[in-house]
Amino acid sequence: MADPMKIRAQMKGDICDIKILMSHPMETGQRKDSDGKVVPAHFIQSLSVDLNGKTVISGQTGTSISRNPVFGFKVKGAKAGDKVTVNWLDNKGDKRTDEATVG
Amino acid sequence: MRQSIAIVGALAIVIGSLCGQAAAKDAATAEFDKFREVMEDSNPAELFEAKGEDLWQAKRGPKQVALAESCDLGLGIGVVKGAYVQMPRYFADAGKVMDAERRIVWCMVEKQGFSAEELFRTPFANENFTPEPTSLVTYVAGASRNMKIAVPISEPHVQDTYQLGREVFSFRAGPYDFACATCHGEDGKRIRMQQLPNLAKKDEAIRAYQGWPGYRMTGGFMLTQQWRMNDCFRQQRFPEPRYLSDTVTSLLTYLTANANGNVYKGPGIKR
Repeated sequence: MADPMKIRAQMKGDICDIKILMSHPMETGQRKDSDGKVVPAHFIQSLSVDLNGKTVISGQTGTSISRNPVFGFKVKGAKAGDKVTVNWLDNKGDKRTDEATVG
Repeated sequence: MRQSIAIVGALAIVIGSLCGQAAAKDAATAEFDKFREVMEDSNPAELFEAKGEDLWQAKRGPKQVALAESCDLGLGIGVVKGAYVQMPRYFADAGKVMDAERRIVWCMVEKQGFSAEELFRTPFANENFTPEPTSLVTYVAGASRNMKIAVPISEPHVQDTYQLGREVFSFRAGPYDFACATCHGEDGKRIRMQQLPNLAKKDEAIRAYQGWPGYRMTGGFMLTQQWRMNDCFRQQRFPEPRYLSDTVTSLLTYLTANANGNVYKGPGIKR
């Protein structure tokens, strides 16, 4: 099981600013270790963000994204107290779900 | 009259060239600062803070105690808030002046019963490994975010350690006849694109402290001040000091106390 995400969701006027920090190695599969063996690819392949149970953004992600990635976006129509749920799934089948409240 | 015009002319050239230098430096520095500002907003160091907090709270080690119920960082057992900016300080139970990392490892060994030998074997992080003390230091440092640095410099043990640190800072040795002061004892020096702060000066000493512990974007791992000091010795081609040695603590005492009164912004981010 992966380490928890850090999620910040803050109202700025009538727009909600959401920042998600994920703990993940994001291996590209192109690197070699000190023994010359290829380090197998290990990356988050899909990500979705729900606001009060309704998906507001989802997408496929790949190996061009850095280790411990940050994902930030803005959403309209949210209000303080709303529940943000983030899901990700990686190529090894590991997944993680975390929640935060809009502040 | 003619002479004075010549002098004025010469002065203008000197001033002109000084301004030119300052402007060029500022442009490069400003770009880095902009970059850092964007990155600081969502610094992965927070992930290590969270990990460190879990380690702090959990009952662990052969003795199955939590650091939160056994470790005194100088402000009472389990008190984390504000502890980082008031270290290095003297700890009577250990009979030593200790910086944050040294104290945390001391607690892990003395209170939780972890093996010192084991902890000393791999003290610094790499791409595949984060030592537990590194996460713990990041957590403790994060709990002093936006607080003023206040090393208790009037305490006699700390004062002695400070004086020793000052000596270490200027101690020339090794195959290059180097000292910390060779690079960090003058204004306006740099290594490649890296600006070097003059750490002997009060208003610049904060730059040795700010941003540590730091998340290194190249590789994506967390590094502590203990690592920074160790690596400075390596770069000077000195023999590398033992992990958590008196030498490093004294140097950290000198650098941190020089920055007393400045506000610490919390764990940082490095290129």
